[in-house]
Amino acid sequence: MEMPVITVEKVNKSFGSNHVLKNFSMQVMQGENLVVLGKSGSGKSVLIKCIIKLIEADSGKIILLDEPIMEREEEELDQLRSKVGFLFQSNALYDSMTVRENLEFPLRRHWSKQEREAGSEQAVMEALEDVGLAHTVDLMPSELSGGMRKRVALARSLILKPKVILYDEPTTGLDPATSREISNLMVEVQEKYHSTSVIISHDMNCIRITSNRVIMLIDGTCYAEDLYENLIKSKDPKIREFFE
Amino acid sequence: MKIGFLNIKDNTFLTEIGEIWRFTMRFFREINKPKQEYEEFVHQCFWIGYKTLTLVGITAFIMGLVLTIQSRPTLVEFGAESLLPAMVSVSLIREIAPVITALICAGKIGSGIGAELGSMRVTEQIDAMEVSGTNPFKYLVVTRVMAATLMVPVLSSMANAIALYGGYLGVNIRGQVSWHLYWFQVFDALSFGDIIPAIIKTFFFGFAIGIIGCFKGYYSKKGTEGVGRSATTAVIVASLLVFIIDLIAVQITDLLGLT
Ligand SMILES: Nc1ncnc2c1ncn2[C@@H]1O[C@H](COP(=O)(O)OP(=O)(O)OP(=O)(O)O)[C@@H](O)[C@H]1O
Ligand SMILES: [Mg+2]
Repeated sequence: MEMPVITVEKVNKSFGSNHVLKNFSMQVMQGENLVVLGKSGSGKSVLIKCIIKLIEADSGKIILLDEPIMEREEEELDQLRSKVGFLFQSNALYDSMTVRENLEFPLRRHWSKQEREAGSEQAVMEALEDVGLAHTVDLMPSELSGGMRKRVALARSLILKPKVILYDEPTTGLDPATSREISNLMVEVQEKYHSTSVIISHDMNCIRITSNRVIMLIDGTCYAEDLYENLIKSKDPKIREFFE
Repeated sequence: MKIGFLNIKDNTFLTEIGEIWRFTMRFFREINKPKQEYEEFVHQCFWIGYKTLTLVGITAFIMGLVLTIQSRPTLVEFGAESLLPAMVSVSLIREIAPVITALICAGKIGSGIGAELGSMRVTEQIDAMEVSGTNPFKYLVVTRVMAATLMVPVLSSMANAIALYGGYLGVNIRGQVSWHLYWFQVFDALSFGDIIPAIIKTFFFGFAIGIIGCFKGYYSKKGTEGVGRSATTAVIVASLLVFIIDLIAVQITDLLGLT
């Protein structure tokens, strides 16, 4: 049996009186693409930010790549974070830097100077070609369209060839064709590097193509957990809402 | 906690002072950690200088000129017109040039840093840095605070020179003082006790401007409104701090007998 790469156990998180995650538990296995589905504001973004400790959970246990991250200090997380890619819902491109500098940014910390001089140009171009945007390398993020920014952000999160990738709505704002391309790319990445992903998405095409398993986050807990094929056949009205 | 009519816990003013203090302490902790961001530091120094150079230059020139023109009648009344260069240079170097420079920097640099870091916070760019293994505090805050601490004294020294030149022109509008005589009188009037404390306090001005700008931006509230508010409050608090530091500095120089 495969090992779990991410274990989330009885995690609680609230903002003031707003209890976002209530005793939430889940496991993601090595090489798996797990989709998290839930209404807007249900706490999906909060969940994946807790996994990488951008937001600190109030209680519970989170283990990422065998590290209990809630007990780790900021500095100790750096090494771990180099193995994790994170695609922000808002893209979070550095708007004072060109596309090239945006992609080089993760390398500056994790590659030595020699490595960067030898390989960063190639790594950047490769990552951009993967998302079909090699021609934008010298543009500023403000000169790109919304969908192009999403793809550049995706390229940036993949550039270190991470073992774990957390995608926050990777295909929102893309046309169906590009969306399908991106979904296929995500599957390719998974097969090529045997990476593990958590994908937050509302896009049924993306979910159908990428998911190995789907978790439904409702009212702060894991409401249902099954294969996509089984969930679309479900009679439960709360689940049906999402697939109609 | 309640002391008299003061409710300490809900007092946003005191809470804020506490938070700024914590932020400053964090700055001193992080500055010693490995992996210094030299490149970004140089970049920030360049930007701070570049953005304020003209403004500081023009203002300093006008201040020197105007101060001289306005001081003349009073001195003439006492028959002390020849003291004009000496008087003008002391007030410019000790007080006017450093404080005006600092205020301009508070407006320009403080708001610039506040807005920049604020929008980076709001659009999750700071989070993205953290995820990519770069310590955003070190990369963004430490470099900017250091750059401001270094550049405000540089700009202020430049302002001193330009203001004194403005004073020279001001003296010569009505009177006749040669270039050599003017500078001789200026340096005769100035002692190290005037110059050194004035330069030292500009380092503190720069530090305060950098810290406040970064603090306001780094903890910006979500939304565009939050960014705007970060920028404005950064200017207000930084300007206020400039005056407070100035007040403290004058007390210290006074105590040390340097006045
Ligand atoms: N930094 C924060 N401070 C206070 N409340 C927050 C913060 N971040 C998120 N929340 C709250 O947590 C809840 C969940 O937010 P989250 O961003 O995780 O939603 P989501 O499931 O990702 O929704 P969407 O699909 O719209 O992105 C919301 O009610 C939000 O108000
Ligand atoms: Mg979200």
